[in-house]
Amino acid sequence: MSGLGASFGSGAMTNSIEDLAKAKAFFVIGSNTTEQHPVIGAVVKRAVRRGAKLIVADPREIELARIATLHLAQRPGSDIALLNGLCHVIIREDLHDKKFVADRTEGFDEMKAVVGTYTPARVQEITGVPAADIEKAARLYALSKPAAILYCMGITQHAGGHATVMAIANLAMLCGNIGVEGGGVNPLRGQNNVQGACDMGGLPDVFPGYRKVADPEARASVEKAWGAALSDKPGLTVVEMMNAAHEGKIKAMYIMGENPLVTDPNLHHVEEALKKLDFLVVQDIFFTETAALADVVLPGAAFAEKDGTFSNTERRVQLVRKAVEPPGDAKPDWQIIAELAKRLNGDKASWEYASPAAIMAEAAKITPQYAGISHARLEKGGIQWPCPSQDHPGTKILHVGRFSRGLGKFSAVETIPPAEPSDSDYPLTLTTGRRLQHYHSGSMTHRVAGLNTLLPEERMEINPCDASPLGLKEGDMAVISSRRGQVKARVQLTKRIKPGVVFMTFHFPETAVNLLTIASLDPVAKIPEYKATAVNVARVE
Amino acid sequence: MTILAINGKKIEAAGGTILDVARANGIHIPTLCHHAALAPQGACRLCLVEVKGMRVLQPACTYPISEGMDVQTDSPKVRTARKFVLELLLSDHPKDCMTCETCGHCELQDLIYEYGVKETPFVGDRHLFPPDERDPFILRDMEKCIRCRRCIRACDEIQAVNALTMMNRGFRAKVATAFDTRMQDSNCIFCGQCVSVCPTGALTEKDSHGKGRDWQTTKVATTCPYCGVGCNFDLNVRDGKVVKVTSAWNAPANKGALCVKGRFGWQFLHHPDRLTTPLMKTSFWKEIKGTEGAPSPYKGFVETDWDTALDAAAGRLSAVRSADGPDALAILTSAKCTNEENYLMQKLARKEIGTNNIDHCARL
Repeated sequence: MSGLGASFGSGAMTNSIEDLAKAKAFFVIGSNTTEQHPVIGAVVKRAVRRGAKLIVADPREIELARIATLHLAQRPGSDIALLNGLCHVIIREDLHDKKFVADRTEGFDEMKAVVGTYTPARVQEITGVPAADIEKAARLYALSKPAAILYCMGITQHAGGHATVMAIANLAMLCGNIGVEGGGVNPLRGQNNVQGACDMGGLPDVFPGYRKVADPEARASVEKAWGAALSDKPGLTVVEMMNAAHEGKIKAMYIMGENPLVTDPNLHHVEEALKKLDFLVVQDIFFTETAALADVVLPGAAFAEKDGTFSNTERRVQLVRKAVEPPGDAKPDWQIIAELAKRLNGDKASWEYASPAAIMAEAAKITPQYAGISHARLEKGGIQWPCPSQDHPGTKILHVGRFSRGLGKFSAVETIPPAEPSDSDYPLTLTTGRRLQHYHSGSMTHRVAGLNTLLPEERMEINPCDASPLGLKEGDMAVISSRRGQVKARVQLTKRIKPGVVFMTFHFPETAVNLLTIASLDPVAKIPEYKATAVNVARVE
Repeated sequence: MTILAINGKKIEAAGGTILDVARANGIHIPTLCHHAALAPQGACRLCLVEVKGMRVLQPACTYPISEGMDVQTDSPKVRTARKFVLELLLSDHPKDCMTCETCGHCELQDLIYEYGVKETPFVGDRHLFPPDERDPFILRDMEKCIRCRRCIRACDEIQAVNALTMMNRGFRAKVATAFDTRMQDSNCIFCGQCVSVCPTGALTEKDSHGKGRDWQTTKVATTCPYCGVGCNFDLNVRDGKVVKVTSAWNAPANKGALCVKGRFGWQFLHHPDRLTTPLMKTSFWKEIKGTEGAPSPYKGFVETDWDTALDAAAGRLSAVRSADGPDALAILTSAKCTNEENYLMQKLARKEIGTNNIDHCARL
């Protein structure tokens, strides 16, 4: 999100799901859309059937790759080179939108100078994608307007994730695909309410509405609203928290609805860090791997047991309605937080909320994008932010006529190799992802019998070219090792995956792939590099 | 604008089929193969209407309106033709409405009732397919299939998967996967769009069987807890339990479509593993209470009440803050929780603890 924020001024999906149907071309990079966002995947498939062009850039032959006009199977961690290569060809062949570039952007010349060095031949060298395909993809994207870019964690979960997003923004601006129906840069948000958790200030550097905690003006307005002095020092991100806990600088944590002991990178390190804490409170609906390390476990409520709102990937704030009671003594999480907050200071009045609608009313006052949003309005249907006033209908497309930051900013970005390239000890590159049938650490989906029937266990995908010298056959057990740990998994031989690359998901705690992954962080976005880990694979006798 | 007459009433319309215009004007024409989310098919012949000047009855769902058209939707001729179609359908349909899962929201049942078809004059062979229970989530009872092809079309037009097709011809025709395999052995992705459009009990939600008929459940419109698409659906609730998820066809993000997790992944809600009471680590309990505490199902933890758990948690968090400063505390909020809960969590971190150490799994 930080990459788009730098380029456009707002780090959210620029267009709407409905809008995607109007695209003449799609460029899908780092998103296995049909498995991770299945309903959007179907929108793309339908558009392709109607004649839209589809370019897929993914090291795996994902489902969309099979119906793509062109599939570019780049090496993990080479996305910036690929994107720069596309910009190179578009500028060289004079296919860019010169009016858009002149009127709406800045930094073109600096970007042009850098992408000028990314000739198709050089990009082929870095990415493994044939130069002719790079040229073909550039022409397809530039000549089919409007064209929508879809991306996901395949882009951001790299050491150079932030820069890669800026490279995506470059490509879209170069062809004038911003602020138009059927175009845009569309990061697909993974969790049901990851957009909302960010919007509401669940981040270490911003208040609700992305106003910086370090900005005196923003801080003053929140201080006034809450009647309390606030810290101006940006906090730690999740991986930094684990490191600080490991070093003894963080002594207590309160974790709600997260299971870092499965989902975070380098799990041995996370486990040590959480065990070093003096005190840990975990609030969840199940006794998760993380809860087992807690001093106090608080039973929360699932989505069907409470009122509230989720904000989806297209910035649409929608109601979540209580349908059943929480089990036993479990309580809605908003009540638990408020009860705990009352015990943390004397100011009980500011934590008395009659309902989630009252909480939203307070949040909307300090969140400019949500200023016009209330539960009463949402009863009539979801609203896409920014929605600055009660009579504002919401915003389907961002950056129409003007970018949030004024002019769109081209960024000169150079290729950034993975932090841990493969070598003779760890000759394969592990890239991790998700599958259709399960969700994250599986605490919900493993408790649905039918989903376990459809996908009972983890399978590591490996190309037959890599499997055969290791003596691995379909269904064999393999041990996969990295510099940080090892796991065992059954193997699935498939040509869907490039030689040199293996694929696993993090859905199965018993096959905890994050024991292997590296906690190297993008320097700006602080996202760990899940998509490229050097590993060694051996057959289990 | 086109001016036409339906049942003698003058109507102006911009275009569309007779069915579109009739429905927009509150005129009832029965259908079975038609579904608003799917392209018109014209297969079931239930929507036959009289169009003045035409020799035979015409299907309203596919017949476009034209200037001066004079349509009768409920004439004796039309009703006779529809009843004939229903008698044919009933001749090859089990009459087990009393135990049928779909009873109460079965479109065939409703039409049989509307047209008063008590017995069918057509006797002879009937399809005898055993219910196919081999797959998770979707139960296929092909004796109840009326071959309207809605499922096949939904799989094609909405999902672009094409797992279902019509096999065989004539009387032997049957909806099936390629080579009539289990659905899990086909390219089916278990989105359940086929189930959501089936007008009878041929395709039903297996896990919902016996848990409540349509009229016994209340529907609560809500938003899916899985990925970021933000699909809306209806939770079907009976006696305080979710028993089924059904499509919300007007949903802005998904327009009725769902994936396997959204449609069928609700059982975790009532799983016996759900946490139902606050817990404290046994050693922590002993430290502050000096007793053994109430045993819990979780090794090393005792059960406790809310006041004890919250007082203890707040006490310890405050102690760390006093001893090591607010930045010695860190909070992980949740992308699974609501906006309101995330707002409160960051307010708690920033206002009550005094730290910006708050993050969640956006990066993971």
